[in-house]
Amino acid sequence: MATLFTFKEESAAYGDKTVLSNFSFSIETGEKVALIGKSGSGKSTLLSLMQKQQTAGCALIPQDLGLVASLSSFHNTFMGKLDQHSRTYNFVNLVYPLSEEKRLVTELHRSLNLNDKLFVPVGELSGGEQQRVAIARALYAQRDILLGDEPVSSLDEHQSCDILNTIVTTHNTVVLALHDVDHALDYADRVIGLSNGSIALDSPACDLNRVDLIGLYQND
Amino acid sequence: MNAVNTGSTSYKLGARSWVSVSFIALALICLIPADFEIYPSDPWLEFTRFFSGVANPSINNISFAFRLLVNTTSFALLGVSLSCVIGFFLSLHFHRRLVRAVCAFVRAVHEIFWALILLQIFGLSVITGVLAIAIPYSGVFAKVYSEIMEESGYRRRDQLFFHVDSVSKFLYSKVPDVWMHFRSYTRYRFECGLRSSAILGFIGLPTLGFTLESAFSQGNYSEVWALLLIFYLLISTLGLWMRKALLPMYLITAIVLLPEIKPVSFDNIARFFSHDIVPYPLRGAVELNASVFADLRNWFWSIFTEQALPGIWDTLVLTQISLVATALLALFLFPLVSKKFFKRPARSFWEILLVVLRSTPEYMLAYMLLQLWGPSMLPAVVAIAVHNGAIIGHLLGRHSGSLAFRADSSVSRVNRYLFEVVPRVYGQFLAFLFYRWEIIFRETAILGILGISTLGFYIDSAIQELRMDRAILLIIITALINIGIDVISRRLRSNLHLNLTPNV
Repeated sequence: MATLFTFKEESAAYGDKTVLSNFSFSIETGEKVALIGKSGSGKSTLLSLMQKQQTAGCALIPQDLGLVASLSSFHNTFMGKLDQHSRTYNFVNLVYPLSEEKRLVTELHRSLNLNDKLFVPVGELSGGEQQRVAIARALYAQRDILLGDEPVSSLDEHQSCDILNTIVTTHNTVVLALHDVDHALDYADRVIGLSNGSIALDSPACDLNRVDLIGLYQND
Repeated sequence: MNAVNTGSTSYKLGARSWVSVSFIALALICLIPADFEIYPSDPWLEFTRFFSGVANPSINNISFAFRLLVNTTSFALLGVSLSCVIGFFLSLHFHRRLVRAVCAFVRAVHEIFWALILLQIFGLSVITGVLAIAIPYSGVFAKVYSEIMEESGYRRRDQLFFHVDSVSKFLYSKVPDVWMHFRSYTRYRFECGLRSSAILGFIGLPTLGFTLESAFSQGNYSEVWALLLIFYLLISTLGLWMRKALLPMYLITAIVLLPEIKPVSFDNIARFFSHDIVPYPLRGAVELNASVFADLRNWFWSIFTEQALPGIWDTLVLTQISLVATALLALFLFPLVSKKFFKRPARSFWEILLVVLRSTPEYMLAYMLLQLWGPSMLPAVVAIAVHNGAIIGHLLGRHSGSLAFRADSSVSRVNRYLFEVVPRVYGQFLAFLFYRWEIIFRETAILGILGISTLGFYIDSAIQELRMDRAILLIIITALINIGIDVISRRLRSNLHLNLTPNV
């Protein structure tokens, strides 16, 4: 098994403020990791450091989604694959969507319950729909690794479970920042807990229970 | 407007795309009647001669050129100062329909047309130069100042001031909010004033354009370049020498250094209003009977069909082509000066080029290109597109620099341009473009003075034949169309939800 991400006695800063100091861990191919911790504990910072270590192979679901509001959900989804096609192909598909791409995106949107919104500008969708378009873009890229920052925060319980299940089954390596401890226990096989500027917990999910994780949100 | 919004699974163009496609299609149709011939047998020879002049810029009569430089700056200083005071007072009454209408009219008439009219009244005098800038600029200042005050949210805080006199209320609640905006807009307008002042020389006033025209017509390109470089230097160092504290001194110096004001001939003024601009059939008519009205109708009808209509047609055709050419050029130029696409050394070259292009007045550019290519529509389109494209390109380049991409977005510049940047800045791009639509129309009309058959051509001919009644009628028609375009542009901007702030 190859090591994908390694951190050795490193520190991470958000702006000028150090959020994590002197931490070490590594993630191997095939792991499904959940990052948990209070907001501001450094989950997003950690994810962006990981992204920098594997620029080419990662699909991302960032917290701010990073969608282009004036483009349709079709185009925003297709953007996951821009680097896999020629410029001409991309240009044609921007001006006049190709039927093959339309078919593939429609199929993917259907699996995410995004029906009938293919050519609606993303800026006019609801928060939950926008989040699903961002997820669709990541899935459409078909990468080996997926890094997600609170990927299901605006979705209901039922949708969240479906989508987390899709994410972990279609990607070899997955790292997700989650605030819902049940999701972490259900879909990850390893949990890393961040607290007070350091890694407070790093164990296989099967060795943990809810109470262990909720503790991370309580102490100060 | 948003046909695309209802749950759609089939691909439809959005409203903005429809508008863009229609404008391009219309421009393509306009290309059919347009004259794009290059007349001289070897235009490139002249072109290379022109550019070789940059290597050894020189001026024959340095003291004369310096004199014109001083005049150019003085006219701009006095004209802009006068108009910002008048404009400010008008802006306080901008809610009155009459004030709005008067302002719309005075700014719809280009400063060169104002100068041509004022020449008949005051002759080649300082008053002509200063008023030609001050009159249209007052209308612009009134509108922009009132918009700035509107946006400052002053009204919301109005109720906090009980029993306070209106002047104190104004000074304490409104001025602090709007001062910075007023200052930066007035400074920008002063730069425009310098350009306007320089081109007034082309119609005979003693500013830089005067000697530039004579140098150009003699093929003395070394002098042309020397004058252009002085002009660019003047504009690019504006931030260094235009200081609030120095302004009173500049104004006094400008007044002292101005050429002597010729005595105003009141006979002249009286003749202008009571005779020259009165429609020909009405002059000397003792009573307004049926035959006078019939003559008046014939007078109007023959000017309208023989001059106004062909002039309007050519002006609109040229405006449409120039507008779309401006748009395409701006879309091509803006990534070259955006930090999202190019790093410093490469970007700097384009930044300097864009500064030069937008500092060169379109009238001056068109004049130079006409000398090289002959009197077709081509020089006009190129001049307008280059000047306006450089302005919009610069603004879009700056705005696109602040966009944030996702960490996993495509690394290819072309993909980023098409998918990440253009869709995000497109609304703003259309806003800038429609905002400049009326300006482009006004410029197109003016270029007629150089011999292209737009409205300015007929107006200039009428003035040369001393038919001021005809000239004034044509100028009014031009202004009305200009106001019409402004109205359409505002409708489009509000229907398409376009504003000048970035939409991400």
